[in-house]
Amino acid sequence: MRQELHRFFRAARGAGVRVSPAESIDAMRAVKDVGFSDRGILRDALLLTLAKSEDEKQALGNCFDLFFSQPDVKDETASEDAAESGGAHPSPGETQTGGASAPSPELGELTQMLMARDRNAIAAALANAANAASLSDIRYFTQRGIFSTRILEALGIARLRDDLDALTASNPSEAERLTAATEALRENVRDTVNQALLLYGREEAENLRHEILRNAPLARLERRQVEQMKVLIRAIARRLRERHSKPRKRQRRGHLDTRRTLRRNAAWGGVPFLTSWKRRHRDRPKIVALCDVSGSVAQVSDFFLLLIHSLHEVVDDVRSFAFSGHLIEVSDILDNKSPEEAMSEIMSKVGFGSSDYGGSFADFEKGFMASVTAKTTVIVLGDARTNNLDPRADILRRISERSKRLVWLNPEGRMAWGWGDSEMPRYAAFCSVVRQCATAKQLERAVSDIVAAYQ
Amino acid sequence: MSNNLPAVSIEAVTSGLASAGYIASPQIATAVYLAERIEKPILVEGPAGVGKTELAKALAAWRGLKMIRMQCYEGLDEAKALYEWKYAKQLLYTQILKDKLGEVLGGAETLSAALDRLHDFGDVFFSKEFVEPRPLLQALEQAKGCVLLVDEIDKSDAEFESLLLEILSDYQISIPELGTIAAVVKPTVILTSNGERDLSDALKRRCLHLHIGFPEQKLEERIVESRVPGISQSLRGQIVGFINQVRALDLKKLPSVSETIDWARVLVLLQSSELDHETVKDTLNVLLKYEADIETTMPQVTSFVAKAGRQGVFG
Repeated sequence: MRQELHRFFRAARGAGVRVSPAESIDAMRAVKDVGFSDRGILRDALLLTLAKSEDEKQALGNCFDLFFSQPDVKDETASEDAAESGGAHPSPGETQTGGASAPSPELGELTQMLMARDRNAIAAALANAANAASLSDIRYFTQRGIFSTRILEALGIARLRDDLDALTASNPSEAERLTAATEALRENVRDTVNQALLLYGREEAENLRHEILRNAPLARLERRQVEQMKVLIRAIARRLRERHSKPRKRQRRGHLDTRRTLRRNAAWGGVPFLTSWKRRHRDRPKIVALCDVSGSVAQVSDFFLLLIHSLHEVVDDVRSFAFSGHLIEVSDILDNKSPEEAMSEIMSKVGFGSSDYGGSFADFEKGFMASVTAKTTVIVLGDARTNNLDPRADILRRISERSKRLVWLNPEGRMAWGWGDSEMPRYAAFCSVVRQCATAKQLERAVSDIVAAYQ
Repeated sequence: MSNNLPAVSIEAVTSGLASAGYIASPQIATAVYLAERIEKPILVEGPAGVGKTELAKALAAWRGLKMIRMQCYEGLDEAKALYEWKYAKQLLYTQILKDKLGEVLGGAETLSAALDRLHDFGDVFFSKEFVEPRPLLQALEQAKGCVLLVDEIDKSDAEFESLLLEILSDYQISIPELGTIAAVVKPTVILTSNGERDLSDALKRRCLHLHIGFPEQKLEERIVESRVPGISQSLRGQIVGFINQVRALDLKKLPSVSETIDWARVLVLLQSSELDHETVKDTLNVLLKYEADIETTMPQVTSFVAKAGRQGVFG
């Protein structure tokens, strides 16, 4: 049974539940105590010891249901558990006796089981064969065929074929039944392999997909990738929150807090046994984000806004503005609506025009310059392609002078800066940092750096 | 029932907690059972008012153990949670013992001789006499064991979590001057959190993680039954049915079990035998704690009451 649990832990890791060795030891101890007899209690026990948040509980619960359900015994739910627990230590004697009632004793073991319709024995044999073929090593969907073949071989498909040939000659009706049963068996094997792939393959496949996704250019995502990217962005936001939400206390020795020291030492007649020191006050990030939502940059802005607005714990105050031809504030839309609704509303208001950086900066200066203070980081996200309109770099200079930092994130590669109608070099002079930001990875790094600058 | 043996079965836990007036779901009972068996703290998360703190109280009542409660808040530190030296007592004793010290040191000719003599007396002033035990240390010192409740751990600072790690995994506390103090009898530790912030992985790893959500309708009815004696079965069904519908609304603060119980008590006091929308509208402020929530719910009351009434008849 230990083996079974170890496989379950691996499946759980694949499902996104972080299972540390210490936790797996706890789970083992817990399972030893509650036993395998009651499935509900077993499920509760594993959920209690392994999953450490509500999301993880959900994922682990699903994983548990998948793991302990067997695709092969379809209509006998009661015998599932029996077959599962019997699968690890099948006694050959039992399978023999199961087959003894079969009509023709000269047939092979597998044939006898199939003819006798002995579901439990078949399930046990299947589980055994799956172990023998080390099915839990399956990683990619391309391996399905080879594992199916291996399992069928371990089950004794060769002998079955011989029997089938012999039967076709001697007893055609029996042979027909056997052919049908064999088909069903193949199907069962396929199901078993698919389930194993779902359980054990997920980890690798997920890692691979994430790695590809992290490095994919945001501006040119396929439709189905957009959903996955949103999940990824949420994961990035969680990571950034974890990393930056706990402000580390850094005490600055040297400035005595007289008031607190006196109060603390009142018990000793004011003799300062214990000293209190003033703490340095640190600002939480204040961010003003200006996002170009025209044409090709729109999608990157989309993800950027999604990310920055899911950082509530880390960032005190975010004001977001979107522009293409002109500029509007979008903070309220983003805070009050679901990401999809918010994005479509922003797009309908300002999106998809040709961008006018100069005009938009002028809009910003006229309406919202007061939101930029000495504690603010201003982030501009855009490709700086001005369509040969006046770039108004002077406004950017004033913004830069008022703010703590001015960061420009450009989805285009460095090579393209300054070519055609790109005004990046002129703008870059007034920016504290200019960086390329085309993939999720670069986006994460950029935002992480911005937030870290406050700590 | 006051013994320190772990419960024999999950059913025993359920019935034991029930005897203390706590109706536990299977998950809760399993958690308590496992916590005693594999000696792990339980970290309970869930919305406010679903009975997280109550679980600790019920457990202590059932076991006949003392409950030591440690309420967490921002700025909680070692001196308030673990132990503190009794500075005033130390100071007072040095004053009183001054003469005695003079006697002891009187014979010494040189400074170093006096120092040597002083060393012979050891750390008199840093002995257990002068330690003021705070809740965590108290919990370890209980001869019969106890239930230690660390309430609302999410309100404390991240540093405090690290402080807890030693006591959670090894049931001991290290005091630099005294050495390590281990638990006489390992206490049952329950931590509660409202999920105000994410707790560190290190802390989570050391605990069983139990999430208590809003109970199912049947379970909630049983909870009301045990907490509000003298309430009729039909009214009970209607109350719970009504509240479950309210929970489906978009509210700032959803009514939880404690509100259900309060409301049931109020209705019993008002001697209503059945829910009618007038009474509900008058007493809605027991259930909902925000003006905006009451406004959202008010127009729905009549239909909710009707539906809850129907459920009471048929379900």
